[in-house]
Amino acid sequence: MTHAAAHHTSMGLDSRKMAFWAFIGSECLLFGSLISTYLVYKGKSLVGPYPHEILNIPFTSFSTFDLLASSLIMVLALAAVQRGDVRWAKIWLFGTAFLGLVFLGGQVYEFSSFVHEGLKIDTNLFGATFYVLTGTHGAHVTVGVIWLLTHWVQTLRGKMPTPMTVEITGLYWHFVDVVWIVIFTLVYLIQ
Amino acid sequence: MEGRAHPTVGTYLRVFAVLVIVTVIEVGVFYVPAFQAVLVPLLLVLSALKFLLVVLFYMHLKTDSRFYAFLFGGPLLLATAVLVGLLLLFYGALRLRAGV
Repeated sequence: MTHAAAHHTSMGLDSRKMAFWAFIGSECLLFGSLISTYLVYKGKSLVGPYPHEILNIPFTSFSTFDLLASSLIMVLALAAVQRGDVRWAKIWLFGTAFLGLVFLGGQVYEFSSFVHEGLKIDTNLFGATFYVLTGTHGAHVTVGVIWLLTHWVQTLRGKMPTPMTVEITGLYWHFVDVVWIVIFTLVYLIQ
Repeated sequence: MEGRAHPTVGTYLRVFAVLVIVTVIEVGVFYVPAFQAVLVPLLLVLSALKFLLVVLFYMHLKTDSRFYAFLFGGPLLLATAVLVGLLLLFYGALRLRAGV
């Protein structure tokens, strides 16, 4: 049995990819519950700051563009790995991780400015649900950045990651992106 | 089977262009008072469009096995049903209490 064949299920699908899609499915339930909690408690804070007083749409729009661009660069990295192009794989993998770091920097800035304006996790229901939801998303982005950097270091050492490994990393990264698409609309734009 | 070949780089770039345009529209309608009456459904539709584009093209569900779509779509539908159910439960209870 070859190494590649060892990873295939009886359905002819890659077992790692299938398991990862199942994991993403479970992540849908995690974020579904956090978003539900945010929406259920929306407008029920007894004291401020309230969302319309504090949320910075232009700044968050920039973060959204940043994450969308990182998704584009991620698929370009996958395409480079698939055609065995080490140089561009190196560039695109680092580029994706870099844009992820820019997003995280933006989130650190946003959280610190909110705390400065009086919104802490225990200030009101908005603070509790907002920080838990966006913080969980940020933790996922952090994991994604670390994962991408491990691939990048691998390419720096002259060892190309397999296309399937990068594709699975990409699935995770794009999932983090689609979760942000939902958060941006439900939390930031629909106030 | 793993499905058909992944989209080309040209397709990835076109999808990105659409994602950027839709995001600009989303932020634009947020600031235009004329759209306030239809803001929520409009933003939900635009957000769903972006979600679908990323999932179909960047996550390759358009060309990959339908089984992956099932593994993703099943829990996604369940999460959406829980969200809608909770909202109906909480806001329905509030409306009942208020006698609306």
